[in-house]
Amino acid sequence: MAIIEDTQDFLDETGSMAKFTGHFFSHGLRPRFEVKELFAQCYTIGYKSFPLIGLTGFIMGLVLTMQLRPSLVSYGVQSELPVMVGIAIVREIGPVITALIFAGKIGSSIGAELGSMKVTEQIDAMEVSGTNPYKYLVATRVLATTLMLPILTILGDAVSLLGAYIGVNLSSTTSLHFFFTQVFQSLSFSDILPAIIKTFFFGFAVGIIGCYKGFNSSKGTQGVGISANSAVVLSSVLIFIIDLLAVQFTNLLGLN
Amino acid sequence: MTTAAKSELNSKDNVAKGGPVIVIEHLFKRFGKNVVLKDFNLTVHEEENVVVMGKSGAGKSVLIKCIIGLLKPDSGKILVFGDNVPDLDPDELDKVRTKIGFLFQANALYDSMTVRENLEFPLRRHWIDLTQRQVDEMVSEALDNVGLKNTVDMMPAELSGGMLKRVALARTLILKPEIILYDEPTTGLDPVTSREIDSLILKLQKKYHTSSIVISHDMNCVKNIADRVILLLDGICYANGTYDELEHSTDEKIKQFFEQ
Repeated sequence: MAIIEDTQDFLDETGSMAKFTGHFFSHGLRPRFEVKELFAQCYTIGYKSFPLIGLTGFIMGLVLTMQLRPSLVSYGVQSELPVMVGIAIVREIGPVITALIFAGKIGSSIGAELGSMKVTEQIDAMEVSGTNPYKYLVATRVLATTLMLPILTILGDAVSLLGAYIGVNLSSTTSLHFFFTQVFQSLSFSDILPAIIKTFFFGFAVGIIGCYKGFNSSKGTQGVGISANSAVVLSSVLIFIIDLLAVQFTNLLGLN
Repeated sequence: MTTAAKSELNSKDNVAKGGPVIVIEHLFKRFGKNVVLKDFNLTVHEEENVVVMGKSGAGKSVLIKCIIGLLKPDSGKILVFGDNVPDLDPDELDKVRTKIGFLFQANALYDSMTVRENLEFPLRRHWIDLTQRQVDEMVSEALDNVGLKNTVDMMPAELSGGMLKRVALARTLILKPEIILYDEPTTGLDPVTSREIDSLILKLQKKYHTSSIVISHDMNCVKNIADRVILLLDGICYANGTYDELEHSTDEKIKQFFEQ
């Protein structure tokens, strides 16, 4: 029966991924640390992703403001526009959209790069050269995604709020100071902290899934394509699952 | 073939070699239900070139990957300079690997790095105390050995198939290994380049006194390089002898490999 086989495949895959993650913690985080490679990955993953994250964040802030305005005007509460946009961006839309774009750019890149290295035996060559691929390839990339996504999210939120400010000014005149004062007065640490903390988990998910898919790429170029694609799909789904769990968790802690 | 290359090939001696450097005893390796190696035995001596032949999927690459510790055998011993590779912990395995070079079939050069960085990579990993000057000298010597000194700042994508193989060989030799495992060194190369690689392998073996296991389907390569030929069939060492001995064998299975 196909459904039984699919279930078995799913469980196999989940077990294999859990084992890979366990291997990351047991082998990847031991000395000697690949500090130089970690910085190189932080530069590639973080710095080089900022233009895309910034652009999409800016458009998102602008569009969100333009879409919300008519509804708020109809209720006569258009003055609350900065507050609504600010809360929406900082608490939910900013982290999730940034993480999804990050998964699309970085998850696919890691999956394809490591998949290609796997099928051309470069990972084996690395091992033969006395380098632990888990430390050099996996640990550096996973740490870089985990550390860089929160920073990108903060920057993305900032650019997004700037887009929102321009959106507000398209049909009314509001000063930058007034706009941001309204936004920050409406936000508390219980809005910002959980939103930032969950992005560490988003980043970890993107990194570990990209590496797992790349490391388990089957032979051939088709396999590399499948690895890249499934890395994006799976990490995007996981981002939503982690988001759901994070909301439940913050509710339990009374942070909402 | 060039006169120099011919001379190098013809001068290859088949004299008796030194003590054993690799001893494989009762090696078993399976993938699922497919038993690839079953009770495989082999001894390689100092400065000896052993060529392993066999059908595709016979387990030749599996054999050398077990020797270098990339694959773990199900049972059996693989003694490299007396150390049983499957029993070694990662640090001990790294030490043994400094004595073994591995030339991958597809070269396995890091395509995001220049030729220099490819060659520096194993040096920096194994010998962390080297100064930049020492590293530069070793990189230069390794590339000089393969006649590609001018490619040092090029990317692998800019090199031809033969040049890639030479750079991969330079990377393999940079740690001055005592044993080199070649996985189909001439596959995918034209006959002229194949002969150049053959003569290069022999030249470097003479220079560094290495022992080798060479996986090959290329009969010219086998004839040029082999001190001894092993035929791996059905997971066992089916035949073991010199090229001439096997070429004149009356066994049908052996004859298949030598018929043009």
